[in-house]
Amino acid sequence: MSFSVSRFLRCVLLIGILASTSAAGPGSIMAGVSDAGADATIALVLRDINDNKLDAALTRTENLLRLYPNFRLAHLIRGDLLMARTAPLRTFGSAADAPAGRIADLRDEAVARLKGYTNRPQQAVVPRYLLQMPEDQKYAVVVDTQRSRLYLYRNDKGRPSFVADYYITQGKEGADKTREGDKRTPIGVYHVTSHLSREKLGDFYGVGAFPISYPNEWDRINGRDGHGIWLHGVPSNTYSRPPKASDGCVVLTNEDLTTISGFLQVGVTPVIISSSIEWSSIDDWQAERNALDAQIDSWRRDWESRDVEKYLQHYSSNFRSSDYAYAGWVAQKRKVAGSKTWIKVQVQHLSMLRNPGKQDMVVVTFDQDYRSNNLSNVAHKRQYWIKESGQWKIIYEGTA
Amino acid sequence: MRRQIARTGLATAVATRPSLRPATCLSALIAAIASLALLCAAPAATAASLQDAQNLLRQGQHAKALEEVNELVSASPKDRQARFLKGVILAEMNKLDDAAAVFIKLTEEAPELPEPYNNLAVIYAQQKQYDKARTALEMSIRTHPTYATAHENLGDLYTQMARQAYDRALQIDSSNSNAQNKLKMLREIMTVGGRNTNTVATRPTVVASAASSSVAPAPTPPAAIVPAPAKPVAMPPAPTPVPAPVAKPAPAPEKPAEKPVEKPVEKPVEKPAAKDAARADVQKAVEAWAAAWSRKDVKSYLAAYAKDFDVPGGGSRKGWEQEREARISKPGNIKVGLSDIRVQIEGDQATVRFRQHYSSATLNTASSKTLELAQRGNRWLIQQERVGR
Repeated sequence: MSFSVSRFLRCVLLIGILASTSAAGPGSIMAGVSDAGADATIALVLRDINDNKLDAALTRTENLLRLYPNFRLAHLIRGDLLMARTAPLRTFGSAADAPAGRIADLRDEAVARLKGYTNRPQQAVVPRYLLQMPEDQKYAVVVDTQRSRLYLYRNDKGRPSFVADYYITQGKEGADKTREGDKRTPIGVYHVTSHLSREKLGDFYGVGAFPISYPNEWDRINGRDGHGIWLHGVPSNTYSRPPKASDGCVVLTNEDLTTISGFLQVGVTPVIISSSIEWSSIDDWQAERNALDAQIDSWRRDWESRDVEKYLQHYSSNFRSSDYAYAGWVAQKRKVAGSKTWIKVQVQHLSMLRNPGKQDMVVVTFDQDYRSNNLSNVAHKRQYWIKESGQWKIIYEGTA
Repeated sequence: MRRQIARTGLATAVATRPSLRPATCLSALIAAIASLALLCAAPAATAASLQDAQNLLRQGQHAKALEEVNELVSASPKDRQARFLKGVILAEMNKLDDAAAVFIKLTEEAPELPEPYNNLAVIYAQQKQYDKARTALEMSIRTHPTYATAHENLGDLYTQMARQAYDRALQIDSSNSNAQNKLKMLREIMTVGGRNTNTVATRPTVVASAASSSVAPAPTPPAAIVPAPAKPVAMPPAPTPVPAPVAKPAPAPEKPAEKPVEKPVEKPVEKPAAKDAARADVQKAVEAWAAAWSRKDVKSYLAAYAKDFDVPGGGSRKGWEQEREARISKPGNIKVGLSDIRVQIEGDQATVRFRQHYSSATLNTASSKTLELAQRGNRWLIQQERVGR
C-alpha cells in the first residue's frame, strides 16, 4: 500500500511557514521550560508528517488521544492520517461533507498551537507590560489574543520570569471589546477579582472560572461597557475550543485552567490582555521602569513638599478622578494646601503595569499611607499615567 | 510429509461485496459447495449436511442453517469449515458476539488461517471496535501478506476509522448520511495449513500418481497433487504455515494442464519472429485491458475477457460482470498501472505476469497478478485472472 500525502504535506508545510514567519515575537524556543503539553505533541506529529513518518505520526496522535480523548484537532489529524492510507489527501481535514467552518476552526487551532509552541519566549525578553510587581504579587498573566496564547510569569524579585504558556480561545469577534454583547475580548490591564468553583457553574465553564476586572477605570472613562469577562475552562466533552469561539472570555483547557488556578491570587494577580504582546529586552524594561519609578517618587515628594503647583504639574489637563474633573481637582487641592503644616506620604506595594496599545500608559497601583497635621489615611490607590510631550502625567486617580 | 489438496475442487468462494447480503453470495456458495467434499475431514454424510447448511443460509433460512450446522459441529467438533460457517451464519443473524466467539476460537486454534481473522475484523468493524478490527486484519495479513480481501477490508476500515475520527473532530454524525462500505466477510476457509489453495504458484498440473503425495518443500510449489476427487484431507494438514501469494479468484478447475511454473519450459521449435510478434500482441492486449479499466470504460474492459473466462468463485458470468461494473463505476478515479510485464506464449495460450499498481478513491495497492490469455481469431482474450504470480 502506498501513501500519497503530497497535498497534505503542502498544507502542513503551509502551517509551518505561517508559524515561522510570524516570529516577530520573542524568538526561538527557550530551553529548560516546561513543555506546553498537547502543543508539543502536535508539533511532533506535524514534524513526523513532514518527514513522511506517517505511522509514527499516527501512533503519536493516538497516544495523544488516549490522554485527551476529546481533543478534536487530534481527531482531525488522525482522520487525515488514516485517510492517507487509502487515498491521497486533498486538504488538511479531508472529511467529506464536513461543515467548512468547523474544519477552518480546527485548522486555525492547529496554526495557533503550532505558532505558540514554536515561538515561545526567550529568557532575555519580558513582556513590556510587567514593569513592576510588588512582592505579594507572585504571578502575572499576559494574554496575546493574536497568538491565542496565555503566558504565565512569576515575580522573581521584581523581575518577571517565564513559567509556562497555554493555548487559549478568545471572543468570536476577536479582541478590543467596547460594547456589551460584542463578543470581543477586552484589551487592557485587569486583575482576577474572584474564583467561581465548578460546583457553582454549569458544565459549560468546565473546572472553574476567574472573573477579571473588566471594565476597568479607563474602560469606563472611555465608555466601554459589558461585564462578565472571565478566564474559564471548557465543557467536559471538549478538550479545547477553536481560537475564536467565546463571547469575550479567555478560555483555557480544563487541564490548563487547573494548573494556573494554583497560581492565581484573587484580587491580586494581574491579567493583562493585549492583541500582540510587546517584548522588551531586560535593559529597555529596566530603563522604562526606572524612569517611571522616578516620576512616581517625584510626585510623592512634591506632594510632601506642600508646593501645590509643583504637585499639580504631575497631572494631565485631561485628568479626572472618581469625583472630580481636572478643574475641580485643582481647586480642591489648592483649597486644602493652605491648612497643611506638614505632609508625609508613603507608597508601598507599588505595581506598575503598562497598558497594551500604542498609547504610552501605565496603570500604577499602590498602598498609600498619607499623614498630615490635620488628616491621615491609608488607601489602596490606582493611577493611570500617560506620556504627554515626553512627560509622564497622571490622567486618572482613585481608590482601587 | 505434506498432503496436498487437489485444488481443482477448491474453487473458491469469495463472496462479492458487500457480502453480508446473502443474495450477492450465490456464486460464492455454489463454489463453496463444490469444495466441501474435499475440505472436510468428516465423513461424506456430514459434507452433505454442510452443503445443506450453506444452501439454507443462501436461501436466507438462517435459523435452519444454524440448526444444521450445529448438528454438524456436535457430530464433528473439530470440523473447522463447519464452525467457520456457523460463525458466518451467526454474524448474518446479527448475533455478533456469538459469531466473534466462534472466530476467536478458530484464530486461537489455527492462527495460520487468515479467514477467521478477516471475519472477526468484519464483526469488530460492525461493532465500531475499529482498533480491534485493525489488529485482526493486520493479523490476517501477517498470515498471508498478499491476502487481497484483508487488504481491501483494511482499506475500507481505515476509511471508516477516519470517518469516525472526523466525526469526533467536527462533532457531527455522518453514520446516517454516508452509506458506509461494509467490510467483506468470507464465507469459507480457503487456505489450508497456511497455504492458500488458490495460490497461483501452485497451479495444478497433471500430475504423477495419485498415490504419491510427497511434495517438494516450500517455497517450491508442490509437484504432486492428489487429483480430485481425492480423499478429503483433514484440516489443517500442516502445522507450519507457509505464506504464499494469495488470490481471490480461483483457477479454473478444468483448465488444460500447463507446465509447472518453476520449471522453465523447453521451448518447442517455433519461429522466434512470429513468437515475438505474438508476444507484442499479448502485451498490447493486456495494456489495453488496464487502460480500459483506468478510464472506467466498462464495456471495453469486459470485452477483454474471453467467453469461457473462468469467473472467480465459479459464479455466473453475468453476476461477475455486474459486480465488476458496480465496482469500476464507483465514484472517483481509478488508475491501473502495470510494470514488470512478462509474457509467456504456448501456441494460442499466453501467460502474462506483472505487477499491478492499483489506486482508487479508497484503495492503493500494488500486487502481483497473472493473466491467462487465449487467442481467439486475431484477438487475445483473458481466460483467467489471478492475484499472485
